Amino acid sequence: MATPADAPAAGGNRSASLPITIERLVKSYGSFKALDDVSLSIRSGEFITLLGPSGSGKTTLLMVLAGFVRPQSGSVRFADREVVLLPPHKRDIGMVFQNYALFPHMTVAGNLAYPLKLRNVPAREIAGRVERALDLIQLSAFGERRIDQLSGGQRQRVALARAVIFEPRILLMDEPLSALDKNLREQMQLEVRRLHDRLGMTTVYVTHDQREALTMSDRIAVINRGRVVQLDRPRELYERPSTHFVASFIGESSTLPIEVRDGRASFAGAPLLSAAPAPAPASSAPSFLVLRPEKLRLLADAAPAEANVIAGHVRQNVFQGDSIVTYVRTASDHEIAIRRSLRTDEVLPEVGTAVRVGFSAEDAIIVPADADAPQTGRP
Amino acid sequence: MTLALDQIAAGGTASGANEEALRRQAHGERRSMLALTLPALLLVGFVVLIPIGWLFWLSFVDKSGFTLIHYQRLLHPTYLLTLRTTFELAFTVTVVCLLLGYPLAYLASQLPRRWASLVLLCVLFPFWTSLLVRTYAWLVLLQRRGLVNTWLQKLGIIEEPLRLVHNFTGTAIGMTHIMLPFMVLPLYATMKTISEDYMRAAANLGASPIRAFWQIYVPLSFPGLAAGLIVVFVLSLGFYVTPALLGGGRVMMWAMQIERSTTVYADWGAASAMGVVLLVITLGILWLVSRLTGSAKLGEAR
Ligand SMILES: Nc1ncnc2c1ncn2[C@@H]1O[C@H](COP(=O)(O)OP(=O)(O)OP(=O)(O)O)[C@@H](O)[C@H]1O
Ligand SMILES: [Mg+2]
Repeated sequence: MATPADAPAAGGNRSASLPITIERLVKSYGSFKALDDVSLSIRSGEFITLLGPSGSGKTTLLMVLAGFVRPQSGSVRFADREVVLLPPHKRDIGMVFQNYALFPHMTVAGNLAYPLKLRNVPAREIAGRVERALDLIQLSAFGERRIDQLSGGQRQRVALARAVIFEPRILLMDEPLSALDKNLREQMQLEVRRLHDRLGMTTVYVTHDQREALTMSDRIAVINRGRVVQLDRPRELYERPSTHFVASFIGESSTLPIEVRDGRASFAGAPLLSAAPAPAPASSAPSFLVLRPEKLRLLADAAPAEANVIAGHVRQNVFQGDSIVTYVRTASDHEIAIRRSLRTDEVLPEVGTAVRVGFSAEDAIIVPADADAPQTGRP
Repeated sequence: MTLALDQIAAGGTASGANEEALRRQAHGERRSMLALTLPALLLVGFVVLIPIGWLFWLSFVDKSGFTLIHYQRLLHPTYLLTLRTTFELAFTVTVVCLLLGYPLAYLASQLPRRWASLVLLCVLFPFWTSLLVRTYAWLVLLQRRGLVNTWLQKLGIIEEPLRLVHNFTGTAIGMTHIMLPFMVLPLYATMKTISEDYMRAAANLGASPIRAFWQIYVPLSFPGLAAGLIVVFVLSLGFYVTPALLGGGRVMMWAMQIERSTTVYADWGAASAMGVVLLVITLGILWLVSRLTGSAKLGEAR
């Protein structure tokens, strides 16, 4: 079935992007499984992010896609073409390395021209394309500079330009922004995303920064211990995490151990939810209630004791400029964070005050207590 | 106390705060740096500059005063032939060291650390035995009825024993053995610093392994390569012991000519002139190489 994206672009050019199908990929180092049966379908032209903690196997997966790491078994297909046996230089995919890997013995222009030279593009055309690429990354005056004469942000842009100048249909990026300071990083996030939208190639992006992943991606594959734990759009991932790990890794959250019996949830012996939890877990399974700080309300102690309310004491108020986070400690010694924007005249609840935390049933996320999750919720 | 007051006063009158005090601090630092380097400077002065100056002076004087006679005599065919042999030998040894040393250094740089140290150990092993012992060992191996010839004969590769010693070939073999570490070590040190990501990036951009090697790896290894080539070539130019023994008197090196001038003819003027010529040629080569590598970088930049 040919979608418009798959059809050749006007002017008889090849299509700008390819879908990637990864099936049952296994890569082990000795007895340690860096990739443990990974399957992933990436759509043509999609911006997908591999997100996970350090050592979870993100780089390994990217290296398998690029052809630098040979898996023990599994299949990688670009469109219908099996590439798992193809050497890296025949894969025709762009890649931005974490340390950029710009060639220090060539100038900026030399670096950009290199992939075109390898493809026997005529010299005149190379000059034009290099010039346009330099324009695009706003480094027109820097073509003759050596790499060590560039700032970190400039190198980053050159690396990006070099990875796309030969119009690859797949682009891989391994934490390309991690070396930049916060402001530049946020600016580059938007630039990278715009570049993707303009050129339209399928992009696989690696980061361990969940905010970056949420900002940039069409979909996010959360990876933990060499497995894809959840693949979803950013908003779904945030609002409907499927496991405790995903819930605690993405966004801020407070996690409380709860018990679900006969469709009824209870916390520390008291009934909790007015409605039955949406994905009803198997009866009496140990589960976690995940609460996002910005979805909670702080109620006075006098408020009626109804469902969807947890009692506790104010432990700490943290002022963060645009908002304030209040930490409430429950009688069962769990901590819940509540984020609110503050009216100018509002008085903060004093530390030690008895309060209640209220939330609506649809904001309550219930996840099974999985093996790969940390044992205690984040304070 | 008075110092502090001085500084405050100076800071008040100077155009910027603390300007005078900061300048004084910079001066002080420079002075102590000078004091630290002074011993080394003195050592270099006494051990290098004065002897070389002495050498120059000797090469321009004889009993009657200033003269160019020592240099004129060097234009005699015997000397020119020696100079040519010296360069041919140094060049051959350098090229063979490059051909053997580059793959060896590359291998060592790619191996896991433990195996790499083993390879380097083998390369360095010759350093632990005396130069004389090694040279005599080659004499034994390469002579007419030596190990190499008898094996080659037994294997039926050759009929008659090869002339492997007391000639150019034997000298080159022995010198290559001794010079190899000087090629391998700087190469290895440079190659160790070449990140794997460069080769990966090249492959990713579409370069076959062979192109990536020649277009990326070799240029990146250039600093070590230049160092190795220079050291081997310059050391070979002045080599004495090995050519004297393995050459069997048939391979006349510049250094041997110098030795003969001093011990046989007691002609210090001629020996000094030869020393100066070798020194000037060596410096010329170093200058040329530094120019070439400098412009090579610029050439790449274009
Ligand atoms: N060559 C190797 N030999 C042995 N183990 C390896 C090797 N390469 C990677 N690993 C292991 O595989 C796991 C996954 O590594 P990988 O580099 O993919 O992690 P990552 O998700 O990219 O982490 P980070 O965010 O820190 O970059 C790690 O535990 C790592 O120790
Ligand atoms: Mg990584």
